[in-house]
Amino acid sequence: MRLPKPRGVLSEWLVARLAEPGLTGEAPAPDSRDDESIALWTLHELSFRGFEDADERAEWDPGLLGVRRDLEEALEERLRSRWSEAGRDSTPRAGGVPEALEELVAEDDGPSLADHVRRHADRDQVLELLRQRSVYHLKESDPSAFVVPRLPVRAKAALMALQFDEYGDGDPNRLHSHLFARGLEAVGLRPEYGAYVDDALTENLEMNNAGSLFGLHRRLRGAAMGHLAAFEMTSSLPSRKMVQGLDRLGLAGPMADYYDEHVEADAVHEHLAARDICGTLAEDEPDQAEDILFGAFTCLDVEARFATVMLDTWGVAG
Amino acid sequence: MSARDFDHPDVVLVPYGPMLLRGAESVQDADGTVHRVERPVVALCRCEKSSRLPWCDGTHKVIPRGPRT
Ligand code: FES
Repeated sequence: MRLPKPRGVLSEWLVARLAEPGLTGEAPAPDSRDDESIALWTLHELSFRGFEDADERAEWDPGLLGVRRDLEEALEERLRSRWSEAGRDSTPRAGGVPEALEELVAEDDGPSLADHVRRHADRDQVLELLRQRSVYHLKESDPSAFVVPRLPVRAKAALMALQFDEYGDGDPNRLHSHLFARGLEAVGLRPEYGAYVDDALTENLEMNNAGSLFGLHRRLRGAAMGHLAAFEMTSSLPSRKMVQGLDRLGLAGPMADYYDEHVEADAVHEHLAARDICGTLAEDEPDQAEDILFGAFTCLDVEARFATVMLDTWGVAG
Repeated sequence: MSARDFDHPDVVLVPYGPMLLRGAESVQDADGTVHRVERPVVALCRCEKSSRLPWCDGTHKVIPRGPRT
């Protein structure tokens, strides 16, 4: 993947600096949320697959780490204030975390893109959605992989069971991000990692940044696992709707297979994530209970914001 | 925490949800068809409402809860 297109003064500064390591000078303040989001997305990406036109050492460059920290602090503060504004920030008992997660998910009333795809979306809308989704699905599960060494015994074993399945149970053909790439190709879209980052909406970048922020910081391991649980708990039924919508539009085949795989897989993963990962983590480290719920709330909240903008663009009420 | 052994059952019944089955190689459904298992853990539908029996597809979440099973 190549460096993304800048979206403002900060990302312009950053992309120039990554392409030419000799450059120095202070980072300017971002001039929009879009600028801020693509800058943080780019800095995080240095810890995933990186960019062919960026200096590899930039990942641990102290100056860039400072910029990253400032952007991460702003993002975390924003996410936490949404959580407290929503009034969902009561701390569950350590033993009650799986039930609290279930309740949070059951009460989620965010708009559903899968509902729209199932019944009404046209082909262009679905392709647009897939381009947006590709930003995450082509690195599916990678943020949670960073959390493995930071967990106590039971949560670690359960996370590995889940990740093993996400990564194809040892079969490269069944790796979820690879299934998605094959799906993209089959519907005529570009399958390369990061292909559509330049098209990603701000809300989509923020959704990805939240997941990477949680995954990359040991301090936020609870939030990372809560985020994972909410993601898995809201996947089976919507995936089935995606399959129905793709079939309706004549897009059956590898892309529908990708979603189809998630119907059954995530019916298992949601229990692993809520009980065996988050439940045991909260028992072993009770101070994580609150952040588990914060992470779960954030997953639902950023998805709802993304869905709202997509539906707005299409002139559809959520 | 001491280095103790943990409970790690092969079968877990999820309240109002599926049966999680670990380490199975094949499962025979109610019609007698045998399905190969390809994942380390599978969720078997107990509510009978799944669209892809014998596997759970999450449908149990949208049907009213009867007495706990
Ligand atoms: S138990 Fe999940 S669909 Fe029946």
